[in-house]
Amino acid sequence: MNPIAPYRWPTPGAQPEHLHSPYVSSIKRSPTRPLVRIPHTLSEITGPCVEPQLVSPAARDLTRQHKGEPLGERIIVGGRVLDENSRPLANTLVEIWQANAAGRYLHEVDQHTAPLDPNFTGCGQAITDSEGRYRFVTIRPGEYPWRNHYNAWRPAHIHFSLFGPAFATRLVTQMYFPGDPLIPFDPIFNCTADAMARSRLISIFDWESTLPEQALGYRFDIVLCGREATPMEEPKK
Amino acid sequence: MSLQATPSQTVGPYFKIGLQWLYCDNLAPEGVTGERVLIQGRVLDGDRIPVPDAVLEIWQANSHGKYAHPEDQQAKPLDPAFRGYGRVPVNQDGVFRFATIKPGPVPGPEGKEQAPHLVISVFMRGLLKRLVTRMYFPGDARNAADPILNLVEPQRRATLVTSQSADGSGLLEWNVVLQGVNETVFFDIGL
Repeated sequence: MNPIAPYRWPTPGAQPEHLHSPYVSSIKRSPTRPLVRIPHTLSEITGPCVEPQLVSPAARDLTRQHKGEPLGERIIVGGRVLDENSRPLANTLVEIWQANAAGRYLHEVDQHTAPLDPNFTGCGQAITDSEGRYRFVTIRPGEYPWRNHYNAWRPAHIHFSLFGPAFATRLVTQMYFPGDPLIPFDPIFNCTADAMARSRLISIFDWESTLPEQALGYRFDIVLCGREATPMEEPKK
Repeated sequence: MSLQATPSQTVGPYFKIGLQWLYCDNLAPEGVTGERVLIQGRVLDGDRIPVPDAVLEIWQANSHGKYAHPEDQQAKPLDPAFRGYGRVPVNQDGVFRFATIKPGPVPGPEGKEQAPHLVISVFMRGLLKRLVTRMYFPGDARNAADPILNLVEPQRRATLVTSQSADGSGLLEWNVVLQGVNETVFFDIGL
C-alpha cells in the first residue's frame, strides 16, 4: 500500500469556527463537543469524481436559460481554481446559485417582497479547463433583507460549491463584490477571524474579462486545500 | 508559491436552487453488486427540532472495498455501475433516506483495515462549514478494531453506527444530532 499523502490543515483563523454567535442560526446547529481529529485515510484522499459530461456548456450562462433575458446588470464571473500549492485544478465541478437582480431567490422559503424574474433561475454549473479556469455569464444579484438581527441585509453574493480532487477538499463558499457597503456589517462574511482570509471572498473588478458594450467582468479565484509537500511515510509501531 | 484556502461559507437556506440537479438518493442502481441497504434518519438541532433545510453528501467504496477514484491503487475490481457518491436533502420533517450497498473494507492508517463505512458531509443553514461524520454498520465484527472508531471515546461510538429498525424491515436508522444528548461525533479532517 502506498503511503497516504494527506491534505494540509488550515492555518488557525483562516477558516470559520462552527459557532459564530452573531450569525444566530449557528447557535443551535453547531456541535458543542470538540471535533475528533482523524488522520486522512484512503476514504478522505479520494472523493466524488463528477463526470464532466453531466455538465452542459449551456449551464455556464445563467442569462439564457429562459425565453427572454433576465432583468438586471449582466456580468461575467470567472477565475481559476487552484490548490494551496498554486497548482490549477483541472476538470473540477463548480456549482453556483444566487438571487435575482431584485434580491429574490427562486425558492419557496424566500418570502422577500421583491419580484421574481420569470427569465432567471439563478443556477449554474461549469467544469474547469486544463488551467483550472471557469467562467459564468450571469446578472449581478441584489442585496436582500434577512432576519438575523434588526435591519439586517445580506451583501450581494453568489454561492459557490466545489468538490476538488478529494473528500478532504470539498468547499462551499460565497463570492462578494468589491466596494459593497454592506460587507463590513455581515455576520456571515465576518465569521472568519483572519481579515486577510476574509478578503479572499471578495471578487476583483476585472477589465480583462469585461466585454465592451456587454458586461462587466469580475474575477474570483478559489483556492482549495492542498497537499503536504511530500507523502508522509506512515509511522511504524 | 503557497496560497491559503478560500474560507468556507454557509450554504444558506436556498441551496436547493444550485445543488438539486445532482441530488441522488439511490447510489446503487440496477447492476451494482453488493448487499443492498436502505438508510433513513433525521437531522435534529440543539432543541431536538428536526432541521428542514439540510443536505447530506455521501462517499463510499464499492462492495469490494475500492473507491471509484484514481488514487485508489488497490488491486480490487471497480464496479462500472457504481460511482460511490450521493447527495440527499432532508424533507420538511428533517428526514433523509437513501439506498446504497454496504461497502467492503478499505485500508486505514498503519496498515490496519477499516471496517465498512460511509463518509458523510452535512451542510445546512447555520453551518459556516460542513460537518464531517461517518456511518458504520451494525453487528459488523470489524467495527471493534476500526482505527478511526478507536479514536472516539467508547461511549460516543454508537452515534457513528446505524441501527436496525425495530419493525424488522431491515431498514437501517441513523440520526444526525447536532447538539446535546447523543450528539453525533463529528470529525476534524481539516476543512
